[in-house]
Amino acid sequence: MADFGSNPILTLLEVRADGQLAKSAAGMLGAAAQIGSPVALLVSDAEGVAEQAASLGAQQVLVAEPGAELTVPVVDALAAAFELVQPDAVLVSNSVDGRDVGGRFSARAGLPIAVDAVGLSRDEEGVVVHHSVFGGAFNVDSAATFGPLVVTLREGAVDARAEAAPAQSQQLTVTPSGARAATIESFEAEVAASSRPELRGAAKVVSGGRGLGSAEKFELVEQLADVLGAAVGASRAAVDAGYVPHSYQVGQTGVSVSPQLYVALGISGAIQHKAGMQTAKTIVAINKDADAPIFEIADFGVVGDLFTVVPQLIAALEARKA
Amino acid sequence: MKIVVLVKEVPDTYGDRRLDLETGIVDRAASDAVLDEIGERSLEVALSYADGHPDTEIVLLSMGPESAQASIRRGLAMGASSAVQVVDEALLGADLGLTSEVLAAALQHTGFDLVIAGNESTDGSGGVIPAMLAERLGVPQLTALASVEITDASVSGRRVLDDGVATVSASLPAVISITESLPDARMANIKGIMAAKKKPYEVLSLADLGVVAEREDAPRSIMIAVSERPPRGAGVKIVDEGDAGEQLAEFLVQNRLA
Repeated sequence: MADFGSNPILTLLEVRADGQLAKSAAGMLGAAAQIGSPVALLVSDAEGVAEQAASLGAQQVLVAEPGAELTVPVVDALAAAFELVQPDAVLVSNSVDGRDVGGRFSARAGLPIAVDAVGLSRDEEGVVVHHSVFGGAFNVDSAATFGPLVVTLREGAVDARAEAAPAQSQQLTVTPSGARAATIESFEAEVAASSRPELRGAAKVVSGGRGLGSAEKFELVEQLADVLGAAVGASRAAVDAGYVPHSYQVGQTGVSVSPQLYVALGISGAIQHKAGMQTAKTIVAINKDADAPIFEIADFGVVGDLFTVVPQLIAALEARKA
Repeated sequence: MKIVVLVKEVPDTYGDRRLDLETGIVDRAASDAVLDEIGERSLEVALSYADGHPDTEIVLLSMGPESAQASIRRGLAMGASSAVQVVDEALLGADLGLTSEVLAAALQHTGFDLVIAGNESTDGSGGVIPAMLAERLGVPQLTALASVEITDASVSGRRVLDDGVATVSASLPAVISITESLPDARMANIKGIMAAKKKPYEVLSLADLGVVAEREDAPRSIMIAVSERPPRGAGVKIVDEGDAGEQLAEFLVQNRLA
């Protein structure tokens, strides 16, 4: 039997529809390594994924055959891996799929679940989970009263990376639970639209709001983002107005970001928007309304017309690069 | 068709929300309490199905303090048939495991063909309850649906993921959760508000459901520390006099951000 090290942390790595590792893998293993020995579970039949997981820090890799149905086959694999590894904690991504797997597994195994973690540590009693609550207004630590727990980790929240490990993998034998599951009728992969960084976990974010005025003019946000190498976000008002898809939304009901730089263009700074970005290191805002609440939290605020200020900013930044 | 809609009273996101720094529990006195918007949208999914299928029964299910009744009654005014609220002192600070156990027991009590929940609440932002309920109840779950189609025997919809869009389906009974891509809820009118007062409103305790909150053999998730982040102060604010773009570029370069 394989040695899973002291304090094994069973880490479910998400795979995309093509079986390849999702981008969240490096941060998941980095977080696991901070509290123990990362043991990765991969539900994939793609070539080379176990080696990739090892190169990102998995000390041991368990590989299970994917099933056709939604969620349940992954939960069955996680249950089998849990039995084998007897970990201190089970780590899953706080993504749509990760939360389903984590929720189902915690209910099945009778384990406590801590959600939307932004960090992990240990104290003398065990694993401590760090949370950022109410849009970053409060920091909360949680723990299990006893025994192992399930944690869903916010994507992009942990910067730490684990050291590469020699590839050691084994095939996991999974007994299907027979739990009723939903069917995946079809899947349309999103065309990888751009070379821009993903919003979740981005180091820089440029967001546009209602002040952009139209979907066409929203291009200005993208231009500045490309000059800065930033991801593109939006306020709910801009999403509701149809300028950009919902996946761009930063805020209470969208993506929460904590970048080094957050640039808010034509965003008034409603409290729900602030809930998704106020933990950014540096906030820059351009708005024509001098009383916009965004200025209350901006490190550098410009009261002015973004259609003159932003092109000048882009030109100035490009001149410095040249 | 019997549809149970999960709703929840939360602190209004339009105001400041606070945690009690002693207990770590939501300070309910610090904010206005409202029905969570995503729960209202979930109700709208049920109501629009009922518009075309008059034999639909819509039950609101909520767990929370007695004071939440006024918010839950808003859902009755919008058109739900009845409400079930689980109220018990022992549920103060309940973790997700206990919450899902209580809601699953309540769903077994009400019976259901379809359970509709929001993808995540605005206060806890957990997003795991629908899957936990599905596991406990032995039914399939379809979460994060951006569109929903309900038939007599099945439910299906579009599920938006990071790398694409899946079309998923399940036979009933099932649990689904929806995103805010689905339409906002209809307004309650005076007739609805009057009718709501006469609609069945059942209050259940843990004893009624046969659930024990304090169990030494059940591990729980507990809060062990809570602190408030210091508020952010405002920095420099300039009014554009023709060179604001230049000044901003200088600021970004100075701070190694560009």
